[in-house]
This record gives sequence, C-alpha cells and structure tokens, in this order.
Amino acid sequence: MAKQIEVSDLDAYYGSHKAIEGISMTIEPRSVTAFIGPSGCGKSTFLRTLNRMHEVIPGARVEGKVRLEDQDLYGTNVDPVSVRRTIGMVFQRPNPFPTMSIFDNVAAGLRLNGRFSKSQLDGIVEESLKGANLWNEVKTRLNKPGAGLSGGQQQRLCIARAIAVRPQVLLMDEPCSALDPISTLAIEDLISELKQEFTIVIVTHNMQQAARVSDRTAFFNLAAQGQPGKLIEMDETSRIFTNPTQKATEDYITGRFG
Amino acid sequence: MTVQMGIKPISAGRRVKNGVAQVLVYLAFAVAVVPLVSVLWLVIRNGLKRFDIEFLTHSMRNIGARDAGGGAYHAIIGTLEQVLLASLIAVPIGLLTAVYLVEYGNGGRLSRLISFFVDIMTGVPSIVAGLFVLAFWILVLGMTFSGFAGALALSILMMPVVVRSTEEMLRLVPNELREASYALGVPKWRTIAKVVLPTAFTGIVTGVMLAVARVAGETAPLLLTVFFTDSINEDPFNGPQMGLPLYVFGQSALPQDVAIDRAWTGALTLILIVMLLNLVARLISWWRSPAKRG
Repeated sequence: MAKQIEVSDLDAYYGSHKAIEGISMTIEPRSVTAFIGPSGCGKSTFLRTLNRMHEVIPGARVEGKVRLEDQDLYGTNVDPVSVRRTIGMVFQRPNPFPTMSIFDNVAAGLRLNGRFSKSQLDGIVEESLKGANLWNEVKTRLNKPGAGLSGGQQQRLCIARAIAVRPQVLLMDEPCSALDPISTLAIEDLISELKQEFTIVIVTHNMQQAARVSDRTAFFNLAAQGQPGKLIEMDETSRIFTNPTQKATEDYITGRFG
Repeated sequence: MTVQMGIKPISAGRRVKNGVAQVLVYLAFAVAVVPLVSVLWLVIRNGLKRFDIEFLTHSMRNIGARDAGGGAYHAIIGTLEQVLLASLIAVPIGLLTAVYLVEYGNGGRLSRLISFFVDIMTGVPSIVAGLFVLAFWILVLGMTFSGFAGALALSILMMPVVVRSTEEMLRLVPNELREASYALGVPKWRTIAKVVLPTAFTGIVTGVMLAVARVAGETAPLLLTVFFTDSINEDPFNGPQMGLPLYVFGQSALPQDVAIDRAWTGALTLILIVMLLNLVARLISWWRSPAKRG
C-alpha cells in the first residue's frame, strides 16, 4: 500500500510569485512526516504540490520533480485525477459535502469514481469509519447529514472519506487546527494507527503535535516576507527537537525568532 | 475636561435618531407593499366573479361580442405549453453558460465577453425579442405563427435571468467542497455534476422560477409570434395559439362588461399559475434539501 515519495528541486509559483524554491526531500513509506515552520513559509503549498492540488488554483504552476516510487507525478502523460486518487488529502477546515449523508460522504470518493455494489459500499464505509474511529459514534445515524456532526467528528468523517478510496499516501494540512484538545487527541491517535498502512504527511503549527505524532520532521522557513520558502532541514523528529543542525531551526522550536 | 469612561445609558439624541430611522424603515416597507396589496386585492375581487369551471374548461370559440360565458382554456393551455417550451430551451443553455462562466471561464476573454452579452440581453426590451423571432423565424425562415415561435422569444428573455441567478448560486458554493472532491480523485466534470450543482440546487431552482414568473406574464413578444386565436390549439408547433397575457390584453380592450370580467379572471388565473409553479419549486427544493433528513 504505502509508497515512498521523492522530491527533487521543486519550485512552486502563484502567477509570477515564487512561493517555494529548490525543495528536495524523501518521504519514507509507513511513517509520519511532519512539516513545521512559520506561517507563509510554503508548507501547505508544498504539501499541495505532492498530489497536484496546487495547480487547481488559477495561475499556479510547479517546476521540478515529484516521484512516487518510480513514477514521475508531473510526467507528461500523467493524469492529475489519478494522482489524487493515489494520494489523498485532508484539509484544515472539515469540509464534508453538505448535500450528502454521513454514509454518502464516506462513499462519495468511491461512487464518484466507479461502480460498487451496495454490499461492497456498506463494507468499505464501515471499515473506513472504523479506521477513522468514528464508527461507534455514527453507526446508528448513517443517513443523517454529515454537516450535523461536531467539528471533530466532521474532521474524522473527512479522514474516513479520504481513506475510503484506499490511497497510498495521506496528506494532512493542519487537520487539528480547528479542533478542541480532545478531538485533537482522537485524531493524533488515529494518525498513529493509520501509519501502519499509509504514508502520512502532516502540516502543523503545533510543535508538540509534530513531536508527538511524527517520525521525521521537516522545517521550512523564508528569508523575508515575499521571498520564496525553503526547506531548512529535515531529520528524525527526535534530532530536530533535541539537536538541530541549523540555528534557524533551533530558534524556531525554542520560540526565539529572528 | 475629563473623558468620561465606563458604561453610560443611551443618550436622548440616539433614542430620537433610532426612533426616526425606525419609522422611516416601516414607512418605506408600507409604501413598497401598497401597490402589491392593491393589485392583488383588485385582481382577486374582480377576478373571482368569473372564476368558475366554464372559464377553466372552455375557449372563446363561438362566443359573440356581447355574450357572457366563454373561458380561457385555450389561453391556459397556450401559456403552459409556451412557458414549458421556453424553459426547456433556456434552462439548459443558461445553466451550462453559468457553469462555464464560474467553473471554466477563469475570467478569460471569452467569459468576459459572454458576461457582457448576458448583461446586454438582460436589458433587451421584450418586444425586441418578439421582433427578432418574427423577423428571423417567421419572415426569413418562413415558419408559421406558433406557440413554439412564442417560446423562442420567451427563451431569449429567460436565458440571461437563468445565467445570472445560477452564476450567483454557483459562486456561493465554497471552493473547499470542490477541493475536497478533487482530492478524492474525482474528475472536474463529475465534481460539478455531483457536488457543485447539488449544493447550489435550491438556489438554482429559485432563480429558474423567477425567470419563469418573468416570462409567463410577457405579452409583447407573444403578440408578434404566437398571434391570436379564440379556439383551442393544443399543438404548439402549428398555427396560432393563445396565451393568458394575450387573453387579458384582448378581453380588456373590449367595451363589454362581460369581457372586462373575463380579463380580470384571466389575470387572476395567471397569478395563480405562477404561484402554483413557485409552490412546486419550493416543494422540490424542500424535498431535496438535506435538512429534511436531519
């Protein structure tokens, strides 16, 4: 299931503005990789280049290479739709489809992509909701609207929806920033479970969270406002937090800036 | 002078201003409602006189100038058919145009051009739409006067209304939903068909109903395209038809009291039809809304 991602010399632009520059890294399979860094340093932009969501924004483009095992995601014949099917994404704000029930939300990715029998769907929906630790809370009201759940439940619903299509990589863009500590804990536990099966990349502003859930951490920074963001260093999470090689990383994680 | 801090009561000046503003707002509301209520009241009072089974089931065939009786069955049939045909033409085109403008146009030159012409179309006087169909469809192509010709003229008037209201509704759909769908590996066209349009469905239905209500009462373009008849013609593609606005127009021009009464009842019937269509649209969007299941 899980695959390795290799990025080499990647630049991303919004129109003529260069948002990130010269990023190269390897993301290991079956592990959690955390991206940390100040706001505006391009963490989310970089995350979105990994499943070709960046180019959805008008005027946005990417230069460089992203390889999933031996496949170039930005190759000439690659269908971005199939890339996104392989590399799922969870967003900062929970965004269940408002017109669909809980069941339909989880089944959405499958239904919109192909034909499945009712019993197949039932099985996958239950498995995905269990995988997102939501099954026990919603099993009696699967046909109620997904928008009626609490924020934390909605976010787990979105995770269930993302894992229902069986991606190989799961990208999470600050998945807990809109949630209370209890829901955050539930999602962090879930991340630790999901890494058995998926390659997980998580963007977070919460350094304790990065320290808690991730195996490897990448620190991004930008020289000044308006300059492109860059990867400063990437290492085992324990090393980044105890013994970083760069001064900027140490300043950031200890709360000293500039 | 010291600056007074702390919580103070509302000053007399603000109370007066608030009172004046409140009175003005209520007054404006009353002024806006007066014409509506007076029209409704007049139409209902004068229209109920002839609102009977005969009116709804008979045409004006063989009804002499001074005869009482007669009805608007031919006009009701005509209006329903013409508006239905006009909707069948205008709604798909308008919907797809709006989808193009919002989802594919990206503010490019073509989409700005389309927007510009839709704005112009919104301002086209209805008689011009009728003249266009008369000149192009009937005089150049040599087709006969028919309900379909009328529907063509009405669809020209409907299209910009449908485009504008649908466009507004599609823009209200949060981008996050589109992104959520893309991130599941759903192609763009399916995202539009299965996520964007259903989310905007209620608003689109309301916009379409507004457009229908607008064209159902149009008289001028029908005058030039469906012509005029006292007989029942159920085939909208052949020969002159009638429409309720034409019926009201024709009957109200006659000097006899019985004709004037028929005109009032025709107007009442038209209002009822539009109200009924609105009700159906409300029901459809209520039935489709997720809140019902909640």
